[in-house]
Amino acid sequence: MSVDIAVIDYGMGNLRSVSKAIEHIAPAANVVVTSDPAVIAEAGRVVFPGQGAAPDCMREIDARGLRQAIIDAARSKPFLGICMGMQVLFEHSEEGDTACLGILPGTVQRFPHEAMRDDQGNKLKVPHMGWNNVHQAAPHPLWVGIEEGARFYFVHSYFVQPTSPEVIAGFSHYPFPFTCAVASGNIFAVQFHPEKSQNDGLTLLGNFVTWNPGERDAACDMSGAACA
Amino acid sequence: MLAKRIIPCLDVTHGRVVKGVNFVELKDAGDPVEIARRYNEAGADELTFLDITASSDDRDLILHIIEDVATEVFIPLTVGGGVREVGDVQRLLNAGADKVSINTSAVMNPQLVKDASDRYGSQCIVVAIDSKRVGDHWEVFTHGGRKATGLDVIEWAKKMESLGAGELLLTSMDRDGTKSGFDLELTRAISDAVDIPIIASGGVGNLQHLVDGVKEGRADAVLAASIFHFGEYGVDEAKRYMKQHGIEVRL
Repeated sequence: MSVDIAVIDYGMGNLRSVSKAIEHIAPAANVVVTSDPAVIAEAGRVVFPGQGAAPDCMREIDARGLRQAIIDAARSKPFLGICMGMQVLFEHSEEGDTACLGILPGTVQRFPHEAMRDDQGNKLKVPHMGWNNVHQAAPHPLWVGIEEGARFYFVHSYFVQPTSPEVIAGFSHYPFPFTCAVASGNIFAVQFHPEKSQNDGLTLLGNFVTWNPGERDAACDMSGAACA
Repeated sequence: MLAKRIIPCLDVTHGRVVKGVNFVELKDAGDPVEIARRYNEAGADELTFLDITASSDDRDLILHIIEDVATEVFIPLTVGGGVREVGDVQRLLNAGADKVSINTSAVMNPQLVKDASDRYGSQCIVVAIDSKRVGDHWEVFTHGGRKATGLDVIEWAKKMESLGAGELLLTSMDRDGTKSGFDLELTRAISDAVDIPIIASGGVGNLQHLVDGVKEGRADAVLAASIFHFGEYGVDEAKRYMKQHGIEVRL
């Protein structure tokens, strides 16, 4: 049986949640949790989750010989990064001064301690943990059926700062706006956890399972340009 | 804006949800998977399962329960009770837990908090603190509230943050099961002392108590058990009430 969706296992966190959520929304799909580069290469779609700290993530990726398989997948097929799996797509993380995969231009920074106050002056906690509103910066096939401003579950202390604003697909506020979703070609990546975000999260995962980035309308959506 | 969270808590023993008063007098409240499903549908932001099983023979039961819940409930699941070593954390995460709560073992072996958060990330390590007022301060208790430790709760909270806890579950044993409201002074003192999120627990008897926990206690999340289990209030009703009182919630 061919692998429809490979969930990349590099020893960082709870992958069961991701695979169970996809199996729930797409019962017919063959979902495999794997650390085998050959399986990732063969899969129709790839989900790249991850939790924990950036230095550990990069070390585990290399310890398992997965770097090239992840880069190849991100260049060639529908690819969904989640949480740490979004952050390490960028060039560099402030967390442990870590060189990341460099698939997308930009950096990863910590919520700055001095900025963590709400408009009434109350302290905001880090990690940013809980359900926050996600604003859709641009239309995208993965947002279909999800209301603008819908709440998703977050838990993170670092956030991405893409060099190119055109990849920003979504943002949240804590307390300033930060990028929580990026889209570039066949890559879609989110800081929040769709697998833990109840119905809207399942909708996003369901959209990913049927997403065909090669289609003309998807390309138009992503560029934000009018399509003739 | 980040919403304040409402977290129903399920105390589980012998495969059933129970609820005690001041950690004793257990009362059956139903099947954990069924209850988890119901709370999920009502809009719970997370669920916490505390395995209060005394014997290690029944330890695997909680793993099966979490596995079952995790196949159909897609919100964060925290599991605590009997977590003694990094291997226990791993087993619970593999079963489908998103966070693991460490209580007594954090006191016996604080290095466990560091080892577990280094290995799996702070985001999945919750340190549960059972607190009791002793004289003019609060003291940490362990073993389900039976054993005094001599540790000051505020100092302990800071230490747990520094060792890598991602969140603190703060239970007032003076209030637990009394339905007289959270210990707001305690909650606020801890919330002000650390930068990580605080879950207030122990003493909720009505919906205003939840509002007070957030507004007065400065809790990031509120946890309650009996008011939800026995149908006094719905989770959805609690959220609407909090919203009416100016608290940002997920509806």
